Amino acid sequence: MNASTPDELLRTEGLTLRFGGITAADGIDFSLARGEHLAVIGANGAGKTTFINICTGYVKPSSGRVLFEGLDITRQGPRQIARLGVGRSFQLPQLFLDHTVRQCLELASVSRRGVLSRWTPLSRAADQRAVAEMLELVELGDHADAPTAVLPEGRRKLLDVGIALMLEPKLVIMDEPTSGVSSEDKHGVMRTLMHALQQRKVTSWFVEHDVEIVRRYATRVAAWIDGRIAADGAPEQVFADPLVRSEVLGERAGQGGH
Amino acid sequence: MRRTTFIAAVAAAVVLMLGAGWALPWSRMPIITFLCFGLAALGLTVLMRAGQVSFGHAMYAAIGGYATAFTVRAFPGADGLVAVAAGVVASLAIGAVVAAFVSRYRGIFFGMLNLGLSMVLFSLAGKLYGWTGGTDGLRFERPALLGMALERGQFELAMLVLTLALAVAVAWAVQRYFVSSSGQVMLAIRTNETRLEYIGLSARMVLAEGYVLSAGLVGLAGALLALVQSLVTPESGYWIRSGEYVFIAILGGSGHAAGAFLGAAVFELIKLAAAAYFTNAWQILLGATLIAVIFFAPQGIVGWRRRAPRQTLPQEAR
Repeated sequence: MNASTPDELLRTEGLTLRFGGITAADGIDFSLARGEHLAVIGANGAGKTTFINICTGYVKPSSGRVLFEGLDITRQGPRQIARLGVGRSFQLPQLFLDHTVRQCLELASVSRRGVLSRWTPLSRAADQRAVAEMLELVELGDHADAPTAVLPEGRRKLLDVGIALMLEPKLVIMDEPTSGVSSEDKHGVMRTLMHALQQRKVTSWFVEHDVEIVRRYATRVAAWIDGRIAADGAPEQVFADPLVRSEVLGERAGQGGH
Repeated sequence: MRRTTFIAAVAAAVVLMLGAGWALPWSRMPIITFLCFGLAALGLTVLMRAGQVSFGHAMYAAIGGYATAFTVRAFPGADGLVAVAAGVVASLAIGAVVAAFVSRYRGIFFGMLNLGLSMVLFSLAGKLYGWTGGTDGLRFERPALLGMALERGQFELAMLVLTLALAVAVAWAVQRYFVSSSGQVMLAIRTNETRLEYIGLSARMVLAEGYVLSAGLVGLAGALLALVQSLVTPESGYWIRSGEYVFIAILGGSGHAAGAFLGAAVFELIKLAAAAYFTNAWQILLGATLIAVIFFAPQGIVGWRRRAPRQTLPQEAR
């Protein structure tokens, strides 16, 4: 077992999870370095979200471990892992539907500050400068006082990541940040998100089905097949892999290349 | 409603109640009852903001009431205020113990666990005859209030002033809590606990805190009601009473602390009207009111002009 290098942010060792007869994670050894922007690709049911759920403490693995900055976080819950510096956004954005955009960020801000007052109003307890900066960073300034329940999907995705970024994480894991967003808006949403992550010098890992987006924004690609990583490396290298071409990209044998 | 308008309305209501209580002795008990029901419903409102409904919260009124009665009986010279404080402390303490485990549950499980506990307490209050006086309840001597020994009418008037002052102060503080960061986390528990955990906040801790507050509010109401009647009965913790508090909280709405009192006012008016005109069918009047509220003002009286944003959204966005 090789020791963790200073560049290594997250690492998993032999991560396995079985639900009855189904193996959702099959001994995954994985490592993510600081500064990487990893795209995870794979068919539905390949175990991409399960892997995220394990690494963020939502689901406990049957065996194996997860290390974040060398610290074993396998048995920690989402709350502790979030506090250690792992942010997450969801395929279906997880927002506070009785609150406005600004209030969602304020709630994340008071959590970051670590004080929950029973007396000071939320708006005063939150770091308003940090909130204003985040509104600008994820381009929600015009919607700041809109109730989250009426936001269009693209904005919801941006807010979901903005909430995660309020905790000043070192790593943000985004589950399908462009799914459900219209094809015209997809690129705009992704551009804003990646710009925000780079501004904050946050490492990222995102699940994505759109090959064009992956090619444009990922520094590294990992392809999931049946709870394993079938290919992992530079985008062009992974996209050239015959197994990835047939199983993930859905190309028939003999089509395009081999 | 603008802030100044609101303050003026509250001031007018306070003056009206004081005036009525001073001029019309018969109005004192209904006004005190209304205020106490408002305080108790405010306790339910605290939980409702987190999307939780307790069907057993009247148990804290009983706890507050019995603690008040025990205090007066055990310490004959004790002031009425001290007895009320003892009632509040007892309900806060028991609320804290119960909160430690009910805060793990949500929805129907939360509601039913509270109901179960309240029924255990109700049975104990009825059966432990030696301590509680059984189903007849526990009577006690009217204690001095702020060091003044008062005869009945004076005592009721003093209790009205005390209850009114407490209700205004407590409602103001609770409204302050509603907009505080903790109070806003309570609101977020209703819509998305997953997200709360993922921003590093413990829904359970915040809900437990809110639960203790709600127990204290209902306990205060129970203690005041017991004190003004010089009597506490197991009925004060019965599930029907819990249901009335829930009814009032729904009627008033959870958007503002004033909602519980508006709900209690309507509830008390319905009861007064029904006692005069529909003696045998007053529950029908209550039921019809509840149905009307659910159809036309699902956010209660304080939110009747506000439509739930989620009603206007497609299913998958909810």
